[in-house]
Amino acid sequence: MNALSLRNLTKTYRNGFTALRGIDLDIQQGDFFALLGPNGAGKSTAIGIISSLVNKTSGSVHVFGHDIDTHSAKVKSCIGLVPQEMNFNQFETVQNIVLNQAGYYGIPRHLAIASTEKCLKQMFLWDQRDMVSRRLSGGMKRRVMIARALVHSPQLLILDEPTAGVDIEIRRSLWEMMAQVNQQGTTIILTTHYLEEAESLCRNIAIINNGLIVEQSGMSELLAQVNKDYFVLDLAQPISALPKIEGYELELIGSKTLSALVNKEQSLNGLFQQLSMHHIDVLSLKNKTNRLEQLFMGLVSE
Amino acid sequence: MNNFIAFRTLVIEEIRRFIRIWPQTLLPSVVTTALYFMIFGHLIGERFGDIDGVSYMDYIVPGVILMSVISNAYANVVASFYLRKFQRNIEELLVAPIANWVILLGYVCGGIARGMLVGIIVTATSLLFTDINVHHWGVTLTIYILTATLFSLAGFVNAIFANSFDDISTIPNFVLTPLTYLGGIFYSITMLPELWQQLSLANPILYMINAFRYGLIGVTDIKIEIAFLMTGGFTLFLTIFSLVLLHKGIGIKD
Ligand SMILES: Nc1ncnc2c1ncn2[C@@H]1O[C@H](COP(=O)(O)OP(=O)(O)OP(=O)(O)O)[C@@H](O)[C@H]1O
Ligand SMILES: [Mg+2]
Repeated sequence: MNALSLRNLTKTYRNGFTALRGIDLDIQQGDFFALLGPNGAGKSTAIGIISSLVNKTSGSVHVFGHDIDTHSAKVKSCIGLVPQEMNFNQFETVQNIVLNQAGYYGIPRHLAIASTEKCLKQMFLWDQRDMVSRRLSGGMKRRVMIARALVHSPQLLILDEPTAGVDIEIRRSLWEMMAQVNQQGTTIILTTHYLEEAESLCRNIAIINNGLIVEQSGMSELLAQVNKDYFVLDLAQPISALPKIEGYELELIGSKTLSALVNKEQSLNGLFQQLSMHHIDVLSLKNKTNRLEQLFMGLVSE
Repeated sequence: MNNFIAFRTLVIEEIRRFIRIWPQTLLPSVVTTALYFMIFGHLIGERFGDIDGVSYMDYIVPGVILMSVISNAYANVVASFYLRKFQRNIEELLVAPIANWVILLGYVCGGIARGMLVGIIVTATSLLFTDINVHHWGVTLTIYILTATLFSLAGFVNAIFANSFDDISTIPNFVLTPLTYLGGIFYSITMLPELWQQLSLANPILYMINAFRYGLIGVTDIKIEIAFLMTGGFTLFLTIFSLVLLHKGIGIKD
């Protein structure tokens, strides 16, 4: 069963700007799916349409088989949304924000109270439950929105940049939480600009650029396409010009730092031999490859 | 069932909101109307003769009460719903499986609650200055509730179209308040020149104030049936209009 299926989805905003130019997408139930793309690609627009915040111009949306045009209430009950921008009442307490959202979803009060407590604890916000949300830190505000999105135990959780502005410790725990929620059967769609995050969490991926999907595949299949490694070398002595070395793409980043792009089949020994011949001493070596980032840059700059 | 829970959540949220900030929402009307009763009713009114056989004080009480119902019902919905748009937590409602009519009903009931609560407090205040022996309970209560409903709806429509905080104060200041004052709170339209009488008949608030005055003290310039027809008709029209706006997502969806 598909958790989400989009067919030829388009969106032209009132000002005439076309943000989506015909998107087809299928996301399997249980998937952890990355929706990536540069700023302005149309990710939030697509998410807005799926979660009923934005009216589509044409095309179809099905969530767990329910058509958004004819069964919008069913579609809405399936989805939990963490939007990119803050959208809660700044004058309300953390607990009431989550509790009220449960009410909007039609959850009876006693169940809502229990679920709110569970979600706030999961988001490390239980101690802040009586705080007026305006007083929270940026990362806490984001966690309020995640707790709010989980309160009705959605089957499909959509996270639009949930880890932006969240500190490292909390980010790690958010990753754990997302993986855990996914393991319990919830389908997750994640957008993020931290590609390592998508790489380590997601099983399938779509890259969207200028309102079109430019790549869609399994994460491991996609990463297998990458055949170059990127290294950064720290040198003992500064050099003023790059030596000419056959077969390796070198670049001088600083006077004592070199970068090298090495094909998977090439050996590193060859590189070092040649560097020694030019009397260049290498002190240390770092693998800076972010495979997804490389692919991503290739796809969106085409 | 789902819709009922959502409705109850919205109404409780709305009522808690205006009670929490009562110095801004409940107090001002009480202070202003107490001043009206004191200055117009008590100090100046004593020098006036009766209108339609009742003292000037008694004559203005129904209009002053209804004026506070009108402005509070309107203000509650326009401010609360606009703030919801402004802070974008309208999105909390849009993503949830709530029917549009439930959203509307929730906000309107919030407005009715504040309008009626302030109305009751103002009525209690008026009892410090005069006695009221209700002439017709049925008319009084129906018009009271219908008026609160109508202006809650009007506030809702205003909030839907509003794009700035200016937009939510323009209509109350430049349309609602003048129409209320010209709706015969402080005078009978029979005291006006013919032309102004005719013009006054185009003011919907005139009908409500007269019907309410009839209910409370048995005096009116307008036929009660017509007043009900006007108030009911406007309420129905604004209900349908609001639902159409919500359905199309005007002012709340891109
Ligand atoms: N309400 C709107 N009216 C007109 N254009 C809009 C509106 N909202 C978004 N856009 C435009 O649509 C395009 C896609 O925006 P969208 O927010 O979907 O991008 P995104 O992929 O989420 O980007 P980001 O990574 O920056 O969040 C952008 O060019 C944006 O300017
Ligand atoms: Mg976005």
